[in-house]
Amino acid sequence: MSSTTEHDTPTTLSGWLTYRRIDLPLAVALVCCGLLSLFVLYSASGRSQAIVIDQAIRLGIGLVGMITLAQVPPHWYRLGAPWAYGLSILLLVGVLVLGDAAMGAKRWLDLGVVRFQPSEITKLAVPLTVAAYFHHRTLPPRLHEVLVAGLIMGIPVALIVQQPDLGTALLIVAGGSFTLFFAGLRWRIILLLIAVGAAALPLIWFNLHDYQQQRVLTFLNPASDPLGAGYHITQSKIAIGSGGLFGKGWLNGTQAHLNFLPESDTDFIFAVYAEETGLFGVLGLVALYGFMVVRGLFIALASQDTFQRLAAASLSLTFFFYAFVNMGMVAGLLPVVGVPLPLISFGGTSMVMLLASFGVLMSIHTHRKMLVT
Amino acid sequence: MSGDDAIKNHGAERRLFLRRTIAAGVILLVLVGLLLARIYYLQVAKHGYYETRSQDNRMRVEVVPPVRGLIYSRHGQLLANNQPAYQLEIVPEQVAESVKSTLDRLDEIVTITEADRSRFQARLRQTPSFRGTPIKLSLTQREVARFEVNREQFPGVNIRAGLTRHYPMGRYAAHVVGYVGGITERDLSTIDRKRYRGASHIGKAGVELSYESALHGYPGSRVIETNASGRALRQLDESPAEAGQSLVLTLDARLQRAAYDALGDKDGAIVALDPEDGGVLALVSKPGYNSDLFVDGISHKNYARLLNNPHKPLYNRALQGQYPPGSTIKPVMAIGALEAGVIDPDKRVWCPGYITLPGSDHHYRDWKRSGHGWINLTQAIERSSDVYFYKLGMKLGIDNIHRYGTLFGLGHKTGIDLPRENAGIMPSREWKHGHRSQPWYPGETLITVIGQGYMTATPLQLAVVASQIAERGHAYEPHVLKARRDPQTGATTPVAPEALSPIQLTDERHWKTVINAMKGVINDPRGTAHHYVGMNLKYPIAGKSGSAQVAGLPQNEVAPDLSSIPYQLREHALFIAFAPIEDPKIAVAVVVEHGGGGSSVAGPIAREVIDSYLDSLQGEPRGPITAKTEGVPRRVAADS
Repeated sequence: MSSTTEHDTPTTLSGWLTYRRIDLPLAVALVCCGLLSLFVLYSASGRSQAIVIDQAIRLGIGLVGMITLAQVPPHWYRLGAPWAYGLSILLLVGVLVLGDAAMGAKRWLDLGVVRFQPSEITKLAVPLTVAAYFHHRTLPPRLHEVLVAGLIMGIPVALIVQQPDLGTALLIVAGGSFTLFFAGLRWRIILLLIAVGAAALPLIWFNLHDYQQQRVLTFLNPASDPLGAGYHITQSKIAIGSGGLFGKGWLNGTQAHLNFLPESDTDFIFAVYAEETGLFGVLGLVALYGFMVVRGLFIALASQDTFQRLAAASLSLTFFFYAFVNMGMVAGLLPVVGVPLPLISFGGTSMVMLLASFGVLMSIHTHRKMLVT
Repeated sequence: MSGDDAIKNHGAERRLFLRRTIAAGVILLVLVGLLLARIYYLQVAKHGYYETRSQDNRMRVEVVPPVRGLIYSRHGQLLANNQPAYQLEIVPEQVAESVKSTLDRLDEIVTITEADRSRFQARLRQTPSFRGTPIKLSLTQREVARFEVNREQFPGVNIRAGLTRHYPMGRYAAHVVGYVGGITERDLSTIDRKRYRGASHIGKAGVELSYESALHGYPGSRVIETNASGRALRQLDESPAEAGQSLVLTLDARLQRAAYDALGDKDGAIVALDPEDGGVLALVSKPGYNSDLFVDGISHKNYARLLNNPHKPLYNRALQGQYPPGSTIKPVMAIGALEAGVIDPDKRVWCPGYITLPGSDHHYRDWKRSGHGWINLTQAIERSSDVYFYKLGMKLGIDNIHRYGTLFGLGHKTGIDLPRENAGIMPSREWKHGHRSQPWYPGETLITVIGQGYMTATPLQLAVVASQIAERGHAYEPHVLKARRDPQTGATTPVAPEALSPIQLTDERHWKTVINAMKGVINDPRGTAHHYVGMNLKYPIAGKSGSAQVAGLPQNEVAPDLSSIPYQLREHALFIAFAPIEDPKIAVAVVVEHGGGGSSVAGPIAREVIDSYLDSLQGEPRGPITAKTEGVPRRVAADS
């Protein structure tokens, strides 16, 4: 444990960083991830400097935002979460009413200066709000508390599904559920929910859009339509598989550069990475992600109240979930859902919001009250 | 909610949280394990498979068809070459408007027929995206110029330069050189498809057909990197095509032309061989045809015109025409009789105008009604006495006639390196039994020994007979290929001539006897060809005339006035000859269809061919072929 007290003048780098509320291990891992993103993007975008610069700017904004959020004491988040949650609900309604359509889905809100997806705020607001809700309650939660938590998740999810954005909805459900899980939701209720979910699958199926149904069908049998809906997944498997142990080398991946692989700089960037760096590159990335998740869980274990524990743990697990869902989808393990590869894919809101969640983690960790023995 | 605010048990909550974190860690590890197993499966276990898929994805192999070998005459004149051709093609993906309206607009500049359109539609279906589909195969210079001027109006339409086959000698050598044509379904079943990837043409006739394998070469390939839509981005690898071998023929272009012209306006065939090696100096079948017509797909109209022409220009008379050899076969029969010992060459035989066989009153007539009187073998050949040979035939018998005819190659293909040769018929008892299911009648022996009846021979076979006599039984297999030339190094490899199985006589003097008689045909004042061939000879020539009856005319009923018989019933005029007698340089067989008298019609043509060739040997002595054929392209203009 760090031995520096809050008001000591820092004399070492780690001391200075703690003084600045920055968690060094996480910060190093995040910067590594950000730099890696720039390199992979340069290749995946077909050597587009514009895209790399764009991403670098977002990385910078994200890091500044993260450090800023790290300065905020954790209990502010507990108190502010419901407000942020309410605001995000308003924005989501706003998107449905006057949002910009891109690729057949209304997800964007144009604020004149920036265009962003309000659902990204929800991703952060939902787990924090659920954590805040459980802060004063006796854990494990009782059934009616579980239902309230379910409602907190359910409202934004219902709105996001209307956009439609299945991937984000799934991530929000995941974020909220992880909070519930760490709150000690009883296993029998977990199993019951899984059973209900399975039973509801047909209902969900018939409420899916055609393209969403197609994605699931394609996942179940990609060979059925290799040039149509199965094209994405077939090509990304070719990209990953042809990478081999050591990969084809940076800028030498052929699948993405020759346009065989669609969306190579966003949702499918992992295929480019795996093609160019091979199994060892993938192991490295998984290790990097794993390190950040473990560090997050460690922060949760070391944290000092219920809200911080639940928030830190669920944010960490959500981060893992992002990475797992994206890599699983690109590797053909999961159906195609629009989830970017965290911190690597090209995309501003996602990058900024992920760094924001790490800002919250850092805030939790660096605001611990030291017990001087 | 305030009712739930029981006092929190922080210790229990911590333990609960720790358990949950451990559970989460376990689930997390399972999921990571699952993911890594999947990645391992893709990147290690199935790496080879996906590696191949990735290569297939980005690479396209394009075939580079080989350049076809050229064909030269013995002195290096081009008989078949490759000329630049301009092909109009369209890349549908690059056309701004519809392909149809582009074609409509193109039609105003370059005529595009309905046939062009339907061919284009057929080709379009077989062409992968981003590759040109031909609209018109050979544009004229004028059309190329017109298109170039208007090029900007036609995005996606290009002119591609290629090569097309051209035959500079045209009809003069069509039956030797042959032609190439489009590869048909039938061709595909017989060829090695791998060698013909990307190829559009294949030899269909003549040398183009018989040496197809050498001329064609081997295709190369280009590996092209493509993007997902098939557009070529860059060339990754190339293995160049191996051009076909060039061929140098034994054909003497000048003699070929002279022989063709010597036939005048008559149909017929001339084969001139170099008796010293069997090389074909000239091989004419008249009328010829324009072989260039076939290269880009002959039109139905032109093809019908060639097929329906009563003079049958496509028919190679020199190899396929089977004519009764008539009296040209008498020297062979004489040698047979001498060799069999059934006659004494010096013994004089009474030759009236006809003979009859015992037990029959059928008159076997001599062409000369008054007969030849008492004559020996030499005189019988010189004057072409039929009665002498009837008597000789009776003594020799059909079995010996067949044996000696066969010895000279009659009834069998000569084995020339040109396609579709016919064997002719050298009849025998077995042959008649097999083909007519009838026994051999003695009268048939009489007409066979003078080259009539069932017996037929091709002009080529007669030229081989002349060569055999000229070389005293040591002739060579007739062939048209003199040498092969490597397209890269230019090195010429001569083709060794193959000797025919020699005709060994028990007494070599028999050759001299017969050759002297053949010399007399031309030299002796009473020789049949003396007046027509034997005047102002520069070289001693040996020859023998023949007239072949055309079926339908009563046997030996020769009308005195040729013009009084319908053309189709007139007899064929034949002549075989070789010269100079002591050192033969050329052996010739001439057949003039429905020409009439062998000596009067075919004889002078044979002499003209011999003179033309021997004059050229004398006039401008030519060095060895290897020296001559260097720098061939520059010689072409001078030669022609």
